[in-house]
Amino acid sequence: MMSSYAELYPVNNFIGDIVRSIFPEPAAAIINGLLALLSLMALVGSLGAVLIFLERKVSAHFQLRFGPMRVGPHGLLQPLADGIKAIFKEIIKPAGADTFIFFLAPLLPVSAAFLVLAVIPFDHHLQVADPAGGVLYVLGVSGLSILGILLAGWASNNKYSLLGAMRSGAQMVSFEISIALLMLLIVMLSGTASLRGIVLAQQGTIFDWWIFKLPFLGILAFIMYLVASTAELNRTPFDIAEAESELTGGFATEYSGISFAMFFLGEFVNMFVAACLVTTFFLGGFHAPLFGLPVIDPLLNLIPGFLWFFAKAFLIVFLYMWFRWTFPRVRVDQLMYLEWRIMLPASLILLMLSGLFVAQGWVG
Amino acid sequence: MDSYILIGFVAFLGAIFAGGAMLLARLLAYRSPDSFLKRQAYECSETPIGAARIRFKVAYYIFALLFLLFDIETLFLFPCMIIFRAVATGAAGAVTINLLYFELFCFIFVLFSGLIYAWRKGVLVWE
Repeated sequence: MMSSYAELYPVNNFIGDIVRSIFPEPAAAIINGLLALLSLMALVGSLGAVLIFLERKVSAHFQLRFGPMRVGPHGLLQPLADGIKAIFKEIIKPAGADTFIFFLAPLLPVSAAFLVLAVIPFDHHLQVADPAGGVLYVLGVSGLSILGILLAGWASNNKYSLLGAMRSGAQMVSFEISIALLMLLIVMLSGTASLRGIVLAQQGTIFDWWIFKLPFLGILAFIMYLVASTAELNRTPFDIAEAESELTGGFATEYSGISFAMFFLGEFVNMFVAACLVTTFFLGGFHAPLFGLPVIDPLLNLIPGFLWFFAKAFLIVFLYMWFRWTFPRVRVDQLMYLEWRIMLPASLILLMLSGLFVAQGWVG
Repeated sequence: MDSYILIGFVAFLGAIFAGGAMLLARLLAYRSPDSFLKRQAYECSETPIGAARIRFKVAYYIFALLFLLFDIETLFLFPCMIIFRAVATGAAGAVTINLLYFELFCFIFVLFSGLIYAWRKGVLVWE
């Protein structure tokens, strides 16, 4: 599907228009495309720092601590200090490790996060690319981070790493099925697999978002998606792969310095990516939460879409952090039980029920 | 196709972002003298016994197979799901929604029976 350059490239209308008033058309389109890519780079670069800072602060406040306070005001410069430390630390490659794979593996989760962010519609025009099969693309690319973890475990030449990676892999692929089925549900409701199309299908008030539009089943699908994505992110309560008390550091046991930091960064950026996907699929993406009220709605619409998008995405990120301090870790057999005996049949039944709703015309 | 060229560019940038950090660290990082103990695999201060690429639980293999099965089946559902809404509102010509829903039901029924079979065979239990 060919989209026009104006559709594909602009960072947003404002900057895009300025560029277009200065340069002639082909050059302006390329400059706008580069600007969109640069903003994506800046986003991912700063996102890691912001998320790691948030995680430490949120964790600390849940435990009645202050968290980092020394470096900069309220510890704001802590992620920068951590980054510099990681770069100057030695990378130790254990004896017998597979050199190429050992150094390739940390790059994969971060790259996967980049690739998924490229198709996320942050605003009407703030999207690097919008392939027609966006959901399929997201499913395929997010598999890269699983691959990174499996390769890391295999290449490290360490028993803990191998077992941790196997556990991670089994857990991530299992929950991937539920995620795929719930994405199918959203595709069915929207009638398109393009992420931008999915957001545009939720235009209107807050009751047109898929979480509320589908009576009762929408909220159920939302909760199931949250659980499955938490498991896919290897976050507590599903972090058996990195259970410190059982497997030391899991797949990352042998990683040090920047290569460990890359896994860490990948994990955090992937958390944000998952939150972006929840926002896109269930929470109306860049649409403002309108209630159909006369005075308030136009005011809410004045706030740019990407701010709404980030507000929703960070709300979901906060939920993931909240889960970590609320639920105890599950055992590996409980985890598999949850996916294969509860989540998978439930998502299949959910899909059929929603199909019935759509077929009967009960959904708007 | 246009959008995939941009995505290719993003992939390139992502690789540069991650690879560049690794290269920077390689140039700047401190390096201590090499030794046998430094390179030894970390097993909580125990000396590693035997190779690290050990045999692992066969259950992982079964779950990988099941994953392959279900994930590919869900991919087959995508085209059906994309037209589902249009068929339901009568915008897609000859196909009626009842026929499509029946076909969807058959497909998912077969999928579900596979799951029940695996369940009855006891492979879904993690000992």
